[in-house]
Amino acid sequence: MKQLAVILSGLLLALPAAAADYVALPGGSFSSVLPADGKVAPARIAPFRLRIEPVTNAEFLAFTQKRPEWQRDRVPALFADAGYLSQWAGNDALGAAISPSQPVTRVSWFAAEAYCESEQARLPTWYEWEYAAAADGQRADARKDPAWRERVLVWYSRPSNAPLPEIGGPADVHGVRDLNGVVWEWVDDFNALLVGSDSRDQDGADKFKFCGAGALNMQEKENYATLMRVAMLSSLKASNTTTNLGFRCAKSD
Amino acid sequence: MKRLLVLLCLVLCSAAQATTPLPRDSIYQLDVKLTDQAGKTWPLASRRGHVQLVSMFYSSCTMVCPMIVDTLKLTQKAVDEPDRDRVDLLLISFDPARDSVAVLNQYAERRKLEAPRWTLARAEPAPTRQLAALLGVQYRPLPDGDFNHSSELLLLDEEGRIVARTTVIGRLDPEFVQVVKKTLSAP
Repeated sequence: MKQLAVILSGLLLALPAAAADYVALPGGSFSSVLPADGKVAPARIAPFRLRIEPVTNAEFLAFTQKRPEWQRDRVPALFADAGYLSQWAGNDALGAAISPSQPVTRVSWFAAEAYCESEQARLPTWYEWEYAAAADGQRADARKDPAWRERVLVWYSRPSNAPLPEIGGPADVHGVRDLNGVVWEWVDDFNALLVGSDSRDQDGADKFKFCGAGALNMQEKENYATLMRVAMLSSLKASNTTTNLGFRCAKSD
Repeated sequence: MKRLLVLLCLVLCSAAQATTPLPRDSIYQLDVKLTDQAGKTWPLASRRGHVQLVSMFYSSCTMVCPMIVDTLKLTQKAVDEPDRDRVDLLLISFDPARDSVAVLNQYAERRKLEAPRWTLARAEPAPTRQLAALLGVQYRPLPDGDFNHSSELLLLDEEGRIVARTTVIGRLDPEFVQVVKKTLSAP
């Protein structure tokens, strides 16, 4: 009997405190601000599942307790800069100023990736994120609606020293929350968004690095709000952390 | 008896070296596994102890990647003997779906990239992305199977620190070569 209790408690401990919820998104052909071929080709997005809400302070704290190598005084500088989790009161405590149900921010790409791995997940790709964020309450792609654009831009104009909202905004048509309006989010391929097309159309050897502007499609003004996000992500290194940058995870179906 | 002591020291001394903590900026802190053109799988950190030139590529790339290989060869040749034999070269594919061990092996043979100096390696998609982030190499798949990618050569010292990088491809970068030579002659 005692043995059974031990086994049972072992099983219970092995379960995550509160398993994160994911919803299925159908994917399909999607007209991205970053054409798949650098010209006009739509992105092809395979069906995937996305975390309904961004990862919170409480969830990330639980992760660092299980994986102490990601605590802020232990993490190598290579994987997270000096600002990593610096808003928390301590290495192992959020403190009174931080709400457990605010999205965690000041996390590096490496830390976000490691967290998602702990949920048997990964970071979404840019295309997956952009596709999901195009939805509103009624439509999978609301980007043509000025109200959609307005909402995104109004959020951008909020001062960055304002306290972060808590998660739990209205669900969109897929059942996903808080994609626009709470925090910016890491994507898996954040550092590859502006790489030009194999440099094949360039001549001098010095230009082999890449030419970013060529990869952008500025034809539609709806793209502007989204391109700001591309520009922000592209300016980051994988070890960087910022006050407004959090993440959520995704899973391939 | 003396021989035993020497042996013992060899064992202990090398063990001591292996347990010296890595520098804080060593890429060998990344716990990923790579598989080379011979099909052997090893942790990235097993490259410790070698000065090496590193770049990322994919074997079906016809335009820039062959020039990356050429530039690696040029840079290696620019180092005088006997230091030249201590330059290791590591090419990591960012196309694990198509660059199998067999494909990497064929590529090495076709381009005369001989082991053990040359290592062509692949990793699973997630570690590949982590490695690229660490090395500062950018890539994105295109619908036709090609990749958008940045082209860079990196120099790693024996401890896995990135000591220099160059985006000069297709010809020698004299400044980069200088750092390679200096790193090889460091005590």
